[in-house]
Amino acid sequence: MIDKFVPSIEAALEGIGDGAAIMVGGFGAVGQPNALIDALAARNLRGLTLIANNAGGDFGGMPKLIERGAIAKVICSYPRASRRTAFDELYEAGKIELELVPQGTLAERIRAANAGIPAFFTPTSAGTELATGKETRHINGRDCVLEYAIEADFALIEAWAADRWGNLTFRRAGRNFNQIMAGAAKVTVASVHRRVELGALDPDRIVTPGVFVNRVVMVPEPMEGEVV
Amino acid sequence: MAETMMRQGWSRAEMAARVAIDIPEGWVVNLGIGLPTQVANHVPVDREVIFHSENGILGMGPAPGEGAEDPFLINAGKQPVTLRPGASIVGQADSFAIIRGRHLDLCVLGGYQVAANGDLANWSVGRKGVAPAVGGAMDLGAGAARVWVLMEHGTREGEPRLVGRCTYPLTALGSITRVYTDLAVIDITPQGFVLRDLAPGISADQVRARTGAPLAVG
Repeated sequence: MIDKFVPSIEAALEGIGDGAAIMVGGFGAVGQPNALIDALAARNLRGLTLIANNAGGDFGGMPKLIERGAIAKVICSYPRASRRTAFDELYEAGKIELELVPQGTLAERIRAANAGIPAFFTPTSAGTELATGKETRHINGRDCVLEYAIEADFALIEAWAADRWGNLTFRRAGRNFNQIMAGAAKVTVASVHRRVELGALDPDRIVTPGVFVNRVVMVPEPMEGEVV
Repeated sequence: MAETMMRQGWSRAEMAARVAIDIPEGWVVNLGIGLPTQVANHVPVDREVIFHSENGILGMGPAPGEGAEDPFLINAGKQPVTLRPGASIVGQADSFAIIRGRHLDLCVLGGYQVAANGDLANWSVGRKGVAPAVGGAMDLGAGAARVWVLMEHGTREGEPRLVGRCTYPLTALGSITRVYTDLAVIDITPQGFVLRDLAPGISADQVRARTGAPLAVG
């Protein structure tokens, strides 16, 4: 019997060690797998590469992960929060490396890793500082920049519901980076708020098929007026 | 002097309203963080404009009432929003396929500087040691069918933001076709800046004096 559910957060994170490249889903606080990040922060790891849209922001466990010096490098599009963060301090002190990537290029580089496409050309960032040092080619009348797929060791994502095959659905804007990160790493770990029986998810409504997911862990979150 | 000038032109709400006048029914529109977001408040509800948000929303509606916020529904500026009937949700790759695949009729961005050749600088002032942040600005600048900029005509120090060449790091090259400021609406043509509309009480000469490159009157 295929059962991708693991019994605990600890089991979900098994194998993550120093120096791992980790994708973390979410846009702002929405769709961020907070329980996984909190548990990761408690492990006192070193030398991690974080691939996410934001550099921790000021919500959830990510600031803790950064404060504790676990992250050596961040690959993201928007490392700025509404107020000063742990990332800002480490960056200004030269203690954390930043690879700034336009958001669409970041998404496409992650999607490419998932789809087995090693690199692609895009007009985004052509002629700007962010294209410095990158191969540029003139294609269909426009300058285009060569961008490489970003592969990771682990992808930590959040979804709404899952069955034991790891089929996932998402809720509203929680889909964001979670959908493309699933399958873009060697091991994809999904934290979900609902566990449903195999066959209960309408095949037409499954956004991420279980083939992209290795481990699923339940992190219940009741919606207003609902009993889990 | 700068203060007096600003009070004579459009207020920030009026600037947003001025942009909204030029958005026709049927367009798919992305509004940048900050003042551009407010443009949506000035598009009449019965005019069907589809608002896109980078985090994966098509058909975004206005802010919810107090207490009606959905924790899973925010816009690119991370403020709570609603969905209009007909709305859809996509993941990040599809959201940027909408942007990069030229499926947006319009994007309205904020700006630090716009040059007479249509270059935009809006993501970094190049300060050393401070982490730069770009978000979707470069994708929008390169990908939308039209990119308009909504910004104050000058800086707080009175320096023009409409310039011959951008001095700040570029976001996109040659993409901007129109700029809305507190003083005027200005098109960017192969011949450079062309004045299209003036805020009440503002003269073309006043705008010209505060613009860093030649300004023709259309």
